Amino acid sequence: MAKKGLLEVQGLRVAVAGNEILKGVDLMIRDGEVHAIMGPNGSGKSTLAQALAGHPAYTVLGGTAKYDGKDLLDMKPEERARAGVFLAFQYPVEIRGITNSYFLRSALNALRRERGGGEPELDPIDFLQFLEQKLKAIGWDDSMMNRPVNEGFSGGEKKRNEILQLAVLEPRLAILDETDSGLDIDALKTVAETVNKLRSPDRAFLIVTHYQRLLNYIKPDVVHVLADGRIVKTGGPELALELEAKGYDWLRDGVMVS
Amino acid sequence: MTSIEAHVQQPYKYGFVTDIESEVVPAGLNEDVIRLISAKKGEPEWMLEWRLKAYRNWLKMSEPHWPNVKYGPIDYQAISYYAAPKQRPKLDSLEQVDPKLVQTFEKLGIPIEEQKRLTGVAVDAVFDSVSVATTFQAELAKYGVIFCPISQAIREHADLVQKYLGTVVPYNDNFFAALNSAVFTDGSFVYVPKGVRCPLELSTYFRINASSTGQFERTLIIADEGSYVSYLEGCSAPMRDENQLHAAVVELVALDNAQIKYSTIQNWYPGDEEGRGGIYNFVTKRGKCTGRNSKISWTQVETGSAITWKYPGCILQGDNSIGEFYSVAVTSHRQQADTGTKMIHLGKNTRSTIVSKGISAGHGQNTYRGLVKIMKGAEGARNYSQCDSMLIGDKCGAHTFPYIDVRNSSAIMEHEASTSKIGEDQIFYLRQRGLSSEDAVSMIVNGFCKEVFKELPMEFAVEATRLLGISLEGSVG
Repeated sequence: MAKKGLLEVQGLRVAVAGNEILKGVDLMIRDGEVHAIMGPNGSGKSTLAQALAGHPAYTVLGGTAKYDGKDLLDMKPEERARAGVFLAFQYPVEIRGITNSYFLRSALNALRRERGGGEPELDPIDFLQFLEQKLKAIGWDDSMMNRPVNEGFSGGEKKRNEILQLAVLEPRLAILDETDSGLDIDALKTVAETVNKLRSPDRAFLIVTHYQRLLNYIKPDVVHVLADGRIVKTGGPELALELEAKGYDWLRDGVMVS
Repeated sequence: MTSIEAHVQQPYKYGFVTDIESEVVPAGLNEDVIRLISAKKGEPEWMLEWRLKAYRNWLKMSEPHWPNVKYGPIDYQAISYYAAPKQRPKLDSLEQVDPKLVQTFEKLGIPIEEQKRLTGVAVDAVFDSVSVATTFQAELAKYGVIFCPISQAIREHADLVQKYLGTVVPYNDNFFAALNSAVFTDGSFVYVPKGVRCPLELSTYFRINASSTGQFERTLIIADEGSYVSYLEGCSAPMRDENQLHAAVVELVALDNAQIKYSTIQNWYPGDEEGRGGIYNFVTKRGKCTGRNSKISWTQVETGSAITWKYPGCILQGDNSIGEFYSVAVTSHRQQADTGTKMIHLGKNTRSTIVSKGISAGHGQNTYRGLVKIMKGAEGARNYSQCDSMLIGDKCGAHTFPYIDVRNSSAIMEHEASTSKIGEDQIFYLRQRGLSSEDAVSMIVNGFCKEVFKELPMEFAVEATRLLGISLEGSVG
């Protein structure tokens, strides 16, 4: 059975603070696929991630993005989240005085309530059990749960916390924005292993990364190279290795440079 | 950011007017008016003399203009100093309270009818210048706890009132305290005897209803040796274009090993978006830890008033006594607040804690002003102060004026301050997890205020979070 497109992006053009960063991106992700977006600094990788999640500072100038048949660009950020789009942030924010556990429960209940799929909202006790299962599945302990969201977390802990949220909120499309940056090799392995455990036919991933090393542990189905606001090359996992060996310049030379 | 601001600037929900026949003394202030008020309350001569002494002092004083707030001149002769709903002079039971008054308080969420009373909370309901009902008085009397309108206490417990009234806030303490001492009408009186832990939360709800009047209540709470009491204060007023003056005085006295916990939810009408109308809340609140090992704790959530000017403080006289001040002050629209605390350390090993959270939105101006004074004899005194400001939008302001005066070198002082802004990135982060922008703001504000909210009694914590339009964090686990 041919899988249908979960996310179909065509000609997407996005500006930040008046500067056009994405200049026509085409992308197609099917259910359960893992795509990697690689590219040099400033190529627009994070802009793509933020724009797909609906950050208000990113202005869509043109193009379309269909998610599960719906117009993604017409949806509010929370509507996208409720439809199953999750963004693991490159720079997660801190929320004072709110525990991770309370935050996650509020988010999960908001998702369940708005989806209207009949999934019950969880009270703190039920949530604790739910959480225990989730943590067990990924082999993590609950040491982060009663700390305020990201407050006083190390860079690595913040990134791990994003992945923990991913595990709890069970998105259909998870976008990882440079989750590997700032991680040491052990943390990188932990995060990668967790992502691998969370891979499923019902969950697609879009992994934005600058370096190939994350892809040593998470094997993508498709690799795209983004340069100067456009996807300039698409290939299989071997493309990532090629980039590792040759750098980005050989691709950039082939692209129109304005 | 407009949705964020709209959320913070919710319409005032308590702005209705009760249509009730009132007896209002004509506007203006002179000795005859004071005599009239005193006579209406059936006061003894000493009380009248005290009032007149305060009034004569007040005439020589001038309105303070050092707070960081702006307002036009107040015409003290245009205010009526006494307004009371007409009712039978003596109430034998609560059932005789005018149903309109009962309904009013019910609408405000303060049921005073027997069958609907808040469990575990005794309420004194003050409407304009008079107390209209005080619940659970008989129940409390079994424990020796006196909880009644102060006018009743002046008649029935004159010895206690005379012994303590004005000992914490003297009649000439400041301009507004002097005015209050001259014209105060009602308010609550609490006495908790030796060794008694007050079995109920005590609460007074102040409602201003009549127009062109001021409310000048006076509260006096005495916790005798080894006793404990938790007292809650709430208030609201109708929406009017005029500014109404609320100049209260609260005095707390804690004797040896006694504890007083005083919580306020201040929700006076704040005025409209353009800054028209609203209450001028010029209040003097002070507690005196007279005894050793005593403790006074102020917790306030200030969401209302056009202008707030108040510094609930503690005089830490007894050795090892403790003063605490936990505050959330919100200013939106054109509201101005200049609020904070004074901690005066006199006794040895006295400790004070100050946690102040200011939230500014719209064109709101929020000032924290605090004084920590360590006197010569206060060997081993300690203070911890934390002042955090949060800005929502770019037209509001936050200001911090901490004053520190240390005269004993053994003192340990800590001061922390922060200013943050609810940013688009924070809101977006929460929305990306599925929360609406309203819930996102709520969560951020709630987390910011958490250290203060956790000090509130349960009933008030719910009210406070609701007032800020936020859901209660961490009620379980």
